[in-house]
Amino acid sequence: MNATFQPTFHPVSAPDFLPAPQLRQLQMARLTRILQHAYDRVPLFRERLQQRGLTPSSIRHLEDISRLPFTQKSDLRDTYPFGLFAMDIHDVVRLHASSGTTGKPIVVAYSREDIQVWSNAMERCFAAYGMDANDIIQNAYGYGLFTGGLGAHYGGESLGATVIPISGGNTERQLMVMKDFGVTAICCTPSYFVHLCERIQDMNVDLASLPLRTGVFGAEPWSDAMRDRIQEMTGIRAYDIYGLSEIVGPGVACECAQQSGLHVLEDYFYPEIIDPDTEEPLPDGTEGELVLTTLSKFAMPMIRYRTRDITAIIPEPCACGRSLRRIRRISRRSDDMFIIRGVNVYPSQIETAMLRVEGTTPHYQIVLTRQHSLDQIAVQIEVTPQIFSDTVKAIEASRRRIQQEIETLTGIRVTVELVRPGAVPRSEGKAQRIVDKRNV
Amino acid sequence: MKLQQLSLFLENRPGQLSEACRILAENDINMLTLTLADTQQFGVLRVIVSDVQRARQTLEEAGIMVQIAEVIAVEVPNEPGGLARVLDPLEAHDLDIEYMYAFASRHKGRAVLVFRFRDTDAAVQVLKQLQLTVLREHQLTDLV
Repeated sequence: MNATFQPTFHPVSAPDFLPAPQLRQLQMARLTRILQHAYDRVPLFRERLQQRGLTPSSIRHLEDISRLPFTQKSDLRDTYPFGLFAMDIHDVVRLHASSGTTGKPIVVAYSREDIQVWSNAMERCFAAYGMDANDIIQNAYGYGLFTGGLGAHYGGESLGATVIPISGGNTERQLMVMKDFGVTAICCTPSYFVHLCERIQDMNVDLASLPLRTGVFGAEPWSDAMRDRIQEMTGIRAYDIYGLSEIVGPGVACECAQQSGLHVLEDYFYPEIIDPDTEEPLPDGTEGELVLTTLSKFAMPMIRYRTRDITAIIPEPCACGRSLRRIRRISRRSDDMFIIRGVNVYPSQIETAMLRVEGTTPHYQIVLTRQHSLDQIAVQIEVTPQIFSDTVKAIEASRRRIQQEIETLTGIRVTVELVRPGAVPRSEGKAQRIVDKRNV
Repeated sequence: MKLQQLSLFLENRPGQLSEACRILAENDINMLTLTLADTQQFGVLRVIVSDVQRARQTLEEAGIMVQIAEVIAVEVPNEPGGLARVLDPLEAHDLDIEYMYAFASRHKGRAVLVFRFRDTDAAVQVLKQLQLTVLREHQLTDLV
């Protein structure tokens, strides 16, 4: 609620405050180790280094990392299922996956040690938000292949907090649990939390009378304005969390009590900012694409992974005293992928769905809106001779088939709207496929 | 026997119907009869016009999605039971009607029923057997 709020220091946060020279030393030692591991175990990585005349020992300083080749999302897809594994499947204790463009998911693997690293990263995020072993965490992120649920779960348990693995959905039950168990912290998407708040108000329950005081919100873009609204409306502190399954899941970067940028847990995840077009590294303070290298992930190391997320490293030190560098809140992506209700959706999935149903790809546009605090996705499709008929029944049947096919491919509920030919704006060059009216 | 009906796709927002009508008016095309089917999302305007090919061309040039469907127009007495007397035998022959609409003829005491059958050819055979007055295009024009 106020700027003087200062959480007590949590012992788990100690690595956040390493003096910078020590942090760089630690990063370099871990980088050397992970590069050798990836070089020995991942043929694709070894070949790419050899093509450039490099070996792991070519990287003598942290800055040399920019000589290494990038890893792209397509590399994960192309080598599905095991291609980027750096450990035998028997040494892998967990798999997660996120939706991909062609029906094949992006699969990520974790060793026992990787899970410990991830749990520690999440635990440190929670500690940075001022949470501790006394917290009762309602974890409303989805459990399953999505990394959100289990990532926050293990972090909460590491912290020694009480974790309620309620997962997403069933608003009535969420509210009952929140009230009856004295929940002090909630993890979910920011839009879902606003939805919960509105329902609580409908029930004439004063949120300020509940013990809830911390919100851990991520898995979709949101803004400082939305944070202000949430904090004013509910009296809780609303924190941003950043992560992506290719790197680990949630816990790559988190805010602190200052709520001024996200500290990258860079002893585990080394950040760079590059120009997405020239692929050249950019200095701190300059906006570009975030590139991450996992320094302590052995089942599936990611070297210079291009996140497609646009941000900048904040050059100034944070008032909280953490030496971990901060990135600005992620506001957009350098490709067409969009995130809705925590799920990655690609325009190409929608094209595939239309192709399957109609045999053609009509002009279309994706319109993202936020209704009743929940993200909505409408796909406007220009009616084609194949879809159009003089009977409403036949048109409706086509529309519903496309709608179902999109839902099957993306896992997201959509509304397909038919519009007249020419209604979707044509732009020069790359079509403007997505209109985001969510105003985050 | 079969008449050509234009079907137009309309978005469900203001100005869509008037635009189509204006285009037809500007091209001096008369609408003999029409019906509008609508859903929450879109509408389908079905219309029988004086010059179907020219109407189609001008509408398409204006970017409107148009299709031609075959319908059958039957003239009946404009009196109680006029429609029922046609429907009963059609049902007896298992002819599926997708939709229909009707209008009063300029000829006193007569009404015109426009049918869109699932199987138009089969419907024509049955209607002939029933000795109903199936209108040709020029006859329809005369009635309006």
